[in-house]
Amino acid sequence: MSKQKWEPKIVAFVCNWCTYAGADLAGTSRLKYPANTKIIRVMCSGGIDPVFILKAFERGADGVLVSGCHPNDCHYNAGNFHARRRWDLFHKLLDFVGIEKDRLQFSWISASEGKKFADVITKVTKDIIALGPFKTYQDMNAEFTTVFPEFAEAGNKEIAYEEEMTNG
Amino acid sequence: MDELRNYARELLEKEEVAAVIGYQQVTEKRTKPIVITDPAETSRLVFNEYCLNNLAVYLTKARIRSLMRTKDKTMKLAIVAKPCDVHSIVALIQENQIHRNDVHIISFNCHGVVKDFGCDFNGDNLAAKCIKCETHKPLYFDKIFGEEKQTPKAGDASLEKINELEKLNSKERFEFFKSEFDKCIKCYACRAVCPLCYCQRCITDKAIPRWIESSSHQRGNFSWNIVRAFHLSGRCTGCGECDRACPMDIPLSLINRRMAMEVKDLFSFVSGRSLETPTLVGNFDKKDSDEIFM
Repeated sequence: MSKQKWEPKIVAFVCNWCTYAGADLAGTSRLKYPANTKIIRVMCSGGIDPVFILKAFERGADGVLVSGCHPNDCHYNAGNFHARRRWDLFHKLLDFVGIEKDRLQFSWISASEGKKFADVITKVTKDIIALGPFKTYQDMNAEFTTVFPEFAEAGNKEIAYEEEMTNG
Repeated sequence: MDELRNYARELLEKEEVAAVIGYQQVTEKRTKPIVITDPAETSRLVFNEYCLNNLAVYLTKARIRSLMRTKDKTMKLAIVAKPCDVHSIVALIQENQIHRNDVHIISFNCHGVVKDFGCDFNGDNLAAKCIKCETHKPLYFDKIFGEEKQTPKAGDASLEKINELEKLNSKERFEFFKSEFDKCIKCYACRAVCPLCYCQRCITDKAIPRWIESSSHQRGNFSWNIVRAFHLSGRCTGCGECDRACPMDIPLSLINRRMAMEVKDLFSFVSGRSLETPTLVGNFDKKDSDEIFM
């Protein structure tokens, strides 16, 4: 690792119909927001399994954002209602096992809210920077990769590929 | 005891039930589960303070369920259940794992069980679930035995531990759970013993993609224990079997209980208490809180 300034890694799980379109609008409106967030598009906020989030932390994310349609706006009618209950419980559970509340954030962003998308990303990035690197979890990751180097190798390949894709 | 045995024999002889799931004595202070299909064997049934197991776990097992179906008819399963085990059965009925008409609940007025086999029954050795127990009488039953007796008084150590953890900051809590989960050997006894962990195929068994690492390294342990607790939040009835089964003495029911408290606060819902109220996580309310969403 070089001694560059630390930049947080944030993963955003967004729903295809609202938040992703909102992100698109933010882009076409040429709104500026921090570039730390990597967006993963899923079909519905109700389709995001909590293990996705644990996996993101395992792979070195410092924070996670989950975003979907506003209540009553779900493309599948009730997906986000189901999600809301689950996320409420999951957020409380993570808080109890000692993962800071701001590491995992939630929002409702509609397709017309490009401005809100930029604001939310800015806020989340600011919160994660304030919390610093997710050291507790990453220590666990580091130890894992020393115990099981073959996993680390596979992981490194993925990271190298990812960097190649982003840096061109 | 004779009442129970005679009743079970009658049920089997009249072919009202296919099998009786109950307890049998092993030594003076130890019992184990038994599934009886032969009326002559009902003399082995017992019920006392050493009946720790939550037998509701057997109701979803394929081998037990296959007993229900004979060539020409389908019969019920009879189960000897403590009032707390009845909560688990209610939860299973609510989640459509078994029909109310397919299970014959034989229950007791319960005054608590011991925390482990071999202990004497008194306030010091009372199981954690009995300390917090509010239902000494079963909520649903087809037959009830035993007279009401006073439960010995004991301090609620698990609630104290939860309150103590609440006072710590995130990092300290993380360290606590990390050290606890570090003990996990991934034997999945907690999963095997839980009446509500009835999935045919658990997420930990899925290899491609491998969501939860199968090695007993603390990273995979952390994921496993969080996922286990999450899948039970809003469903766990607090029978405490996971705690008892864990060979490494991880306080699993601590998280479960904390989540149950949270669920009660957020949704005023307690799992397995009523057949009329819908399940928590399978349903939603349009008026649910929007507090955590930006």
